[in-house]
Amino acid sequence: MELFFSLLINGLATGMLIFLLAVGLTLIFGLMSVLNFAHGGLFAWGAYGGVWIYSLTESYMIGVAGAIITGVILGFITEKLIIKPVYGDHVQQILITLGYMLVLGELIKVVFGPNQIAVSPPELLRGSIEIGELLIIKYRAFIIITGIFIFLIVNYILKNTKIGLIVRAGVIDKEMIQALGVNINKVFLYVFMTGAALAALSGMLLAPYAGVIHADMGMEYAILAFVVVVIGGMGNVTGSLLAAALVGISGAFMAYYVPELSLATNMLLMVIVLVFRPKGLFTIRG
Amino acid sequence: MMSTLLKLQQVETYIEEFHILQGISFEARKGEVTVLLGRNGAGKTTTLRTIMGLNKASKGQIFFGNEEIQTLQPYEIANKGMGYVPEDQGIFGELTVEENIKVAMKKDDSQSLERLEWILQIFPDLKKFWQKQSGLLSGGQKQMLSIARAYVKNCELLLIDEPSKGLAPIVVEKVMESIQEMKDKTTIILVEQNFMMASRIGDYFYIVDEGRTVYDGKMQELIGNKELREKHLGIA
Repeated sequence: MELFFSLLINGLATGMLIFLLAVGLTLIFGLMSVLNFAHGGLFAWGAYGGVWIYSLTESYMIGVAGAIITGVILGFITEKLIIKPVYGDHVQQILITLGYMLVLGELIKVVFGPNQIAVSPPELLRGSIEIGELLIIKYRAFIIITGIFIFLIVNYILKNTKIGLIVRAGVIDKEMIQALGVNINKVFLYVFMTGAALAALSGMLLAPYAGVIHADMGMEYAILAFVVVVIGGMGNVTGSLLAAALVGISGAFMAYYVPELSLATNMLLMVIVLVFRPKGLFTIRG
Repeated sequence: MMSTLLKLQQVETYIEEFHILQGISFEARKGEVTVLLGRNGAGKTTTLRTIMGLNKASKGQIFFGNEEIQTLQPYEIANKGMGYVPEDQGIFGELTVEENIKVAMKKDDSQSLERLEWILQIFPDLKKFWQKQSGLLSGGQKQMLSIARAYVKNCELLLIDEPSKGLAPIVVEKVMESIQEMKDKTTIILVEQNFMMASRIGDYFYIVDEGRTVYDGKMQELIGNKELREKHLGIA
């Protein structure tokens, strides 16, 4: 039983990191049909930017804020220079964002050096909490709580604010929302910057969790985030949360019992969803 | 003589390699219902989409009031005071009726609320299903929602594309009655295949064929001219 809960919490923590990465991707794809393979690069830059500030200030929270700011700035630059010129052309989007992802990775090596950087959690989040016979590592619990907190905020904004309403409508029909007087490109820029900020936050949260960061760390998580977006349904934030939990938990269990099949299981899950529920496992259409 | 609100001059539009509008010209006068008639594929829907900026005009000019609008973005055109009800209604099916309306309202000022109140009197079903997911409404209710949504955003000109399409005759009657009531509040350009309905609410008509206007006149003229209807519309 202890093993079960341990794997469950491990999987949930990983799931939350993937969710933070996927939430931007799903809205970006849902709103503008943009395939952004550079999202993993923003994730890695968030980790490096945040860890650098964390090491300078010795404050983890300032590091987290630094990661978010890094994501916002990079999101702005990426949308304006890389994404905007290739709206509506998926082949060009794949090529340019994959290329850009490589550039972002190489730039990390130029700025921060090619070696891995070790990162440890802040003092407050080290060690574990004991609940009965169950030991919960504090930092993992912190990631899960942060992921759920971010989900609640994003959900609140989407369901209770005008900008959220516009984003939800835009995901359904971006042409119609323009015909109602909304400058969708401006909305998309905001969404892209938010998505980049959350990806960067995810990178920063991962850093002490994984113990080290490296320039190519984005790719692995970006692939999982794409799997989550497909399973959860394009543009569906709640679907992404559930799919991320599913992918994280199945990954944790598979990694323990059949490690060779860990990634393959998630890919298989994605294929099954694409075949039987192409709009996503958690999408309800009226 | 009523003043011209919208004017198209020799407008041409391509969709991919297809030359859909081949020099269409017409005008809509303030306070009137101008009806675009014509066979399927004549270019009526593309005309409305080109006016809204959803398809770009490659040649020609479109004036809204005194301003040229053919180079503007759809949202800029909409914000000049144009409302659009597309052929497929363009309802945001996962949002509620209320959310569909609210997304179109720029602000909750007294004028917007007044318009909302008035349109809900015209379409009481919308009030009844205010919190219902709009994708679950009937075809007629979706059409009403689409028209109401376009109207509440303060539109001086309403473009309505085939409001009777796919609806039961009794529902068509209701929708047309509602559009008739809206005539006093806004100028309307209507694309409609159902001639009987169009003739009841239209003031002026243009017949569109192969992306051009080939005939125009007062609706009364078309009602009384069987030969003209047979020649251009294929109906007696």
